[in-house]
This record gives sequence, C-alpha cells and structure tokens, in this order.
Amino acid sequence: MRHLLDTADMDVPAISGLLDMADHMAEINTRAVPKVPALRGRTVASVFMEDSTRTRLSFETAAKRLSADVMTFSASTSSVNKGESLRDTIETLSAMGVDAFVVRHKSSGVPAAVTQWTDATVVNAGDGWHQHPTQGLLDAYTVTRSLGAGNSMSGLTVAIVGDVKHSRVARSTSDVFHRLGARVLLVGPATLMPSGHCGGPALPGTECAPDLDSVIGGVDVLYMLRMQRERMDSALVPDIAEYSCRFALTPERAKSLREGALVMHPGPMNRDVEMLVDPAMLPGSRILAQVSNGVSVRMAVLFTLLGGAPGGLVETR
Amino acid sequence: MTPGSDSRETRILAADDVRRALVRISHEIAERNPGLTDVVVIGMQSGGVWLSEEVVRLLAGMVPGVAVPHGVIDVSLYRDDISLRPVVPAAPSRVPVDLTGTTVILVDDVLFTGRTVRAALEALNDHGRPRAVQLAVMVDRGHRELPIRPDYVGKNVPTHVTDEVTAGPDGVLVMTSVVTPA
Repeated sequence: MRHLLDTADMDVPAISGLLDMADHMAEINTRAVPKVPALRGRTVASVFMEDSTRTRLSFETAAKRLSADVMTFSASTSSVNKGESLRDTIETLSAMGVDAFVVRHKSSGVPAAVTQWTDATVVNAGDGWHQHPTQGLLDAYTVTRSLGAGNSMSGLTVAIVGDVKHSRVARSTSDVFHRLGARVLLVGPATLMPSGHCGGPALPGTECAPDLDSVIGGVDVLYMLRMQRERMDSALVPDIAEYSCRFALTPERAKSLREGALVMHPGPMNRDVEMLVDPAMLPGSRILAQVSNGVSVRMAVLFTLLGGAPGGLVETR
Repeated sequence: MTPGSDSRETRILAADDVRRALVRISHEIAERNPGLTDVVVIGMQSGGVWLSEEVVRLLAGMVPGVAVPHGVIDVSLYRDDISLRPVVPAAPSRVPVDLTGTTVILVDDVLFTGRTVRAALEALNDHGRPRAVQLAVMVDRGHRELPIRPDYVGKNVPTHVTDEVTAGPDGVLVMTSVVTPA
C-alpha cells in the first residue's frame, strides 16, 4: 500500500494489522514524553483546501509524535488566493522534498488526482462526499477497543444516523464496520439516504431503517452524523426542527439505549440539531475517545505508509 | 549432483542447558545487585519476553520478599533500519514503573549486531533515566556492529553471519544454510 485514498485500499488483514499497530501508538501516547524517532527525517505536508480543526491537528500531532517534520498549508493564507492551481501548489511543495501529502478537498477524487502530480505518498483526509478513510479506521479502533473482541465487530449492530448521503464519514465508516463483521443500519430521512437506498443499498453491506425510535433499543453502537447544513444546496429536509424531532439524540431517546451501548460522533457536533443531549452525561459516549484514538490511528497510518521498505508494508507477523 | 541450497540444524543447547543457564544468570544478577534494590527486569519483544519472565520468577525465589518489577519493550519504532526493511511491531510495550534511578536488567534471547540493543537503550530513556542498564542474553553469537557487550551470557556461540539462531525454552538451535556445489 503506497497511498490511502479509500478504505477499499485495505483488505481485512491490513485493517487488522493497522489496528494492532495503533495499540503501539496508543501506548506511546500515554507516556510522559509521547514521541518516538520512527519517522525522523521524513516530511509530511498537510494540504487542507477545506476547513478542519480536528483532522488537520490530529494528522499533524501524529506526524510530530513520530518525529516527522510537518509543513502546513491552508488555502486561505496561500498563493491559491493569487490563483495558483492545486497542481502547481503540489508540484511546488514536492520540489521542497515532501514524503507524504495529507489532502483534504471539497471535491471527491482530488487526493487520487494528487497522486499523479507527485512521487510522494498521499493520504486522503476527506474528499467531498467520497471518503474519509482514517475516520473509518479510528471509528473501528474505538469500537473494537471499547467492546473488546480483538479486531472483529461480528455480532455488533451499528446504527449510523443522519445525513448519510452527503457524508464521506458514513461511506468510510460503514465500509470498515461491515467488513469487520458488524451489521450496519442507516437511519435518516429518505432524502438524505444515498441514492439507491430504501430500494436497493448503495452502500455495500448496509440496511435501511426508517426511524431512530424503532432501532435505538437494539444497537450496540449509535453513530450520530453531523447534519451538514453547508452541503445542503436544496431543501432536502423541510425543517430542521422536524429533523431534530425524528432523528436527534434527545435525553428521552438516550434512555432507550441498551446498557453498555456506545454513542459516537465524528464531530463537529451541532448541539442544537442532532445532539440535543450533552454527551458528557452519556456513560457510553466515546466521542472524545474517538479524538484521542484518531491520533494513534493516524500515527499507525503514517508509519505504515512511510516507515516500511519502499512500497510500504502490509504484511503482518 | 544439482546445485542448490539446503539448511543444517544444530541444537547447541538442550532444554536442561537453557534452564541451568537461566539459573546461573539469575544468580549472577542477584550477586551483582545486592538485595535487588531498584532492579527492574525488562524483556525485549518478542524473543526476550519469556526469558525475562523466567528471570523474574527465579529472582523471586532467590531473594524472598523483594518484588522485582517486570516490563516488556518493543523497539520497532526506534530501529535505525526503519526505511531499509519492513518493520512490524510485535506486542505493545509495557513498562510499569518510571525507570529513573533504577537498574534495568535488559533481557533478550540472541545478541547479534547489537542494533536492537541500541534501539532498546533509546527506548528505555523515554521511560525515565535508569541509573544503570545491564544486558542479559541467552546466546551471544558475535558479529557486533556497535560497541555493545552483554553483562550476563547463557552461552557464547561462534556462528557464520548468515546463520539463523533461535533460542526458546526447548533449547537453542543454529540453522546453517549449506550450498551444494555444482
């Protein structure tokens, strides 16, 4: 594996190996000095053409904890404002000596295009509606390490709730969860289901559920998506209040959760739309664990892609 | 005869020999570190782990009333050959105490080039600054590439650089590849 563009780039043994590697990184992150020399001399450039707090900082923290050097680029303060194309930007940074680009873009497929413009490794940090592979991996890490049956999710039922159609997180996370053995339910208004859904699944291995109340008592993991208001170019939901009424996690709904069920959210949360309950009050909330696990999993991804012999490493011992 | 390669396996230590060597090494550790004060035993992933567990068990019998802390470290992320070959970590490190001021007994199965030990010395420092580090190995097979020497040795074994040496509770094996001439 040379690039990580899509969760489909990894087969199940590769995902398992990566989750095991993340255990090593998590151990490093518990130390007083959380830093190892593994990627000394390597340079990681984060190229974020779309706003982000946690993903960019998470990747940069991961790179620094492996002793890589980090270049930061954000569209708002760069020559992109002078009209420089993304291709020229990538080629310019490559000429300075970059080993890996971490790319976020509002259009699907941009990270794949970037691989054509540089010899460096490319990691997709979210592209349009397409994929956010490290999110899927860190979610799988969070669930498997919370519910503990090795790297398997078999026997677990997960409900992914909200704007599945516009969610790259849902695409990556449902793919990893499904292939690790979980039963994945998609819950949301029909207008926000991926095309083909509620008539034939467009996300492999997923099932459709019409409303939250009928499934909430039976899930092991409740995965709330952010209501992506900035991506809604047409009136797909008649009214935000009505959406909240049917699909938000409210204090009443939280009471129907099974004991030990996990509540997850990729962030950023809309506390007035889909999260009407303070997650700090939910014993099963793993939302902050997702953030700290994100650093460990991204360390594992960067080390897997940059740390091995040329060509990366996928074999497990 | 067709040219090709084959391998010859020699058992240089039997299970009894390994056990006796472990007992002797443990006695030497107890002798050099009176009362085992501030001693911590750290096994190296993965071959040194069972040896370090045995050393801790034997030390407990020799110096009653002293609980020697035991940990394991994986040095994959500290190796100097990371970009030269695939590096796959074994199990995560587990160091139960701050190593500052302690005497660490670092335990591994086979001492060869010394590069793993160099990586381990760097890894240990991330868990504190030990007062001293002593190295115990079951087999010293030579071919050092760095100025590193063991403090406690089960057996010195002359080997060829291409040999493979494995040390387990059942004994120590040397695999020599034999090239059959054309």
